[in-house]
Amino acid sequence: MTMPVTHNDSAAPLYDDEIEAAFRRRRTPLLLKYGGNIRDFFAAVVPPLITLGLILLVWQLLCVRPDSALPSPSRIWSEANDLILHPFYETGSQDMGLGWRVLTSLKRVAVGFGLASVAGILLGAFVGQSQLATRGLDPIFQILRTVPPLAWLPISLAAFRDSQPSAIFVIFITSIWPIVINTAVGIRNIPQDYRNVAAVLQLNQIEFFWKIMIPSAAPYIFSGLRIGVGLSWLAIVAAEMLTGGVGIGFFIWDAWNSSRLPDIFVALIYIGVTGFMLDRLVAFIGTIATRGAQAS
Amino acid sequence: MTGYLKIENVDKTFSRGGASTKVLENVCLRVEKGQFVSIIGHSGCGKSTLLNIVAGLTKATSGVVLLEEREVNAPGPDRAVVFQNHSLLPWLSAYDNIRLAVDKVFGATTTRAKRHEWTMHNLELVQMVHARDKRPGEISGGMKQRIGIARALAMQPKVLLLDEPFGALDALTRAHLQDQVMALQEQMGNTVMMITHDVDEAVLLSDRIVMMTNGPQATIGEVLDVPLRRPRDRISLATDPTYLECRQRVLQFLYERHRYVEAA
Repeated sequence: MTMPVTHNDSAAPLYDDEIEAAFRRRRTPLLLKYGGNIRDFFAAVVPPLITLGLILLVWQLLCVRPDSALPSPSRIWSEANDLILHPFYETGSQDMGLGWRVLTSLKRVAVGFGLASVAGILLGAFVGQSQLATRGLDPIFQILRTVPPLAWLPISLAAFRDSQPSAIFVIFITSIWPIVINTAVGIRNIPQDYRNVAAVLQLNQIEFFWKIMIPSAAPYIFSGLRIGVGLSWLAIVAAEMLTGGVGIGFFIWDAWNSSRLPDIFVALIYIGVTGFMLDRLVAFIGTIATRGAQAS
Repeated sequence: MTGYLKIENVDKTFSRGGASTKVLENVCLRVEKGQFVSIIGHSGCGKSTLLNIVAGLTKATSGVVLLEEREVNAPGPDRAVVFQNHSLLPWLSAYDNIRLAVDKVFGATTTRAKRHEWTMHNLELVQMVHARDKRPGEISGGMKQRIGIARALAMQPKVLLLDEPFGALDALTRAHLQDQVMALQEQMGNTVMMITHDVDEAVLLSDRIVMMTNGPQATIGEVLDVPLRRPRDRISLATDPTYLECRQRVLQFLYERHRYVEAA
């Protein structure tokens, strides 16, 4: 009975020390982690809030006179707070919350941008693989990509004779170029090592496309998609202004025609926030999808 | 001596624009089944070009490569390559890198379960089962090269081509991997062709050492048989007279008769 006790006694201090050390090791990082997180949170949120407050203040001061051309923030709030507070109300075919309008526009973007992604990646892969295709097509892409979205609208209206497909076509044609060009660059930059591996394994064209090309070029493809989604959101507003129907772009045009300036300001905020979220969404998918692609 | 792998009168000329450089001239070599052959020479002597020609990644300007009496002029899994920089696909785990090769080579002939088993077996061969789910970016250089070797072995190649496989590794890792490759080769009797510029590595691993003259117009200067019994042990070999003599012969070739001349 005494033996184990002595043994325990001699070992106990060391043991306790170890436990304590382990706790300390755990406690410190935990504290640091949460303390750091809270600090990081404030560091990220406070500066933009201050900037926003300053902008609103200056704006309010500039537009405070009753005869000013543009509404002040307080007037926007008093006249259009229903749009801000109730994004998803619906009382009639043209009387609905901006949330619904944004969703309708997003659906158009989803179709147009989805088509542009698939076509852009395939076309980019083709162009990136072949020297001849690069020489033949690249200058044309470089010219077409600078054409503004609105300039495509009359042509697509003439071709489709319907507003819905025209709007989608405008989104498609605006957002496809950065996807094509970036994919092509990504494919041209596939390291020779990976091509050698594919050659030794005798991968066929389709296997090469899925197993080597796409993963290897993924970082490039996603930067193209990110630029593309931004452009398609720019294009939707322009397209809806002319094609009419439901959508955030048409809402702005409609508000302008009925002199509801405060509504336009609210719509701008909706568009900005939605565009920002689209960009972040594609970037987020990109970081997940390209995990490891750049490690060597 | 029929020759399992035959390289016959291979010439290689690289031309860019108007200028052309003859890298290899009239290279002839026969490798027997189960033999471990090293090709040694100074850098720029075209030894990697020769390996790429055998792999089918580069086309010979003239001459042929025959494997079991059949001409090879395109790459294929029967001549698996272990690349110097491992060339693992960084977006795939260690397991998936090997599995890609296994699926490609045996996909038509074996079941999914068999292919999984075979992939795991090859991971075991190089003692990398513990890292099966790690991506290449998460493991050390030596571990990457072991996965590269496992991928090549998993294809069950007729000839295993090693392109300076240990060149990028530190000395201790290199010694460890050399022992492993030696053990695997003894166990499986692979036919191996290895490019190296390390004299000790060549003598330790090879049955025959092919010494190449300096380029351009490099060719085979001398072939040395290494009559050391296997299994070989690097520590006891360090004082073995046969080992020392072979080493001496290679050193003499490289540093006396074909000194490396810095390109002007």
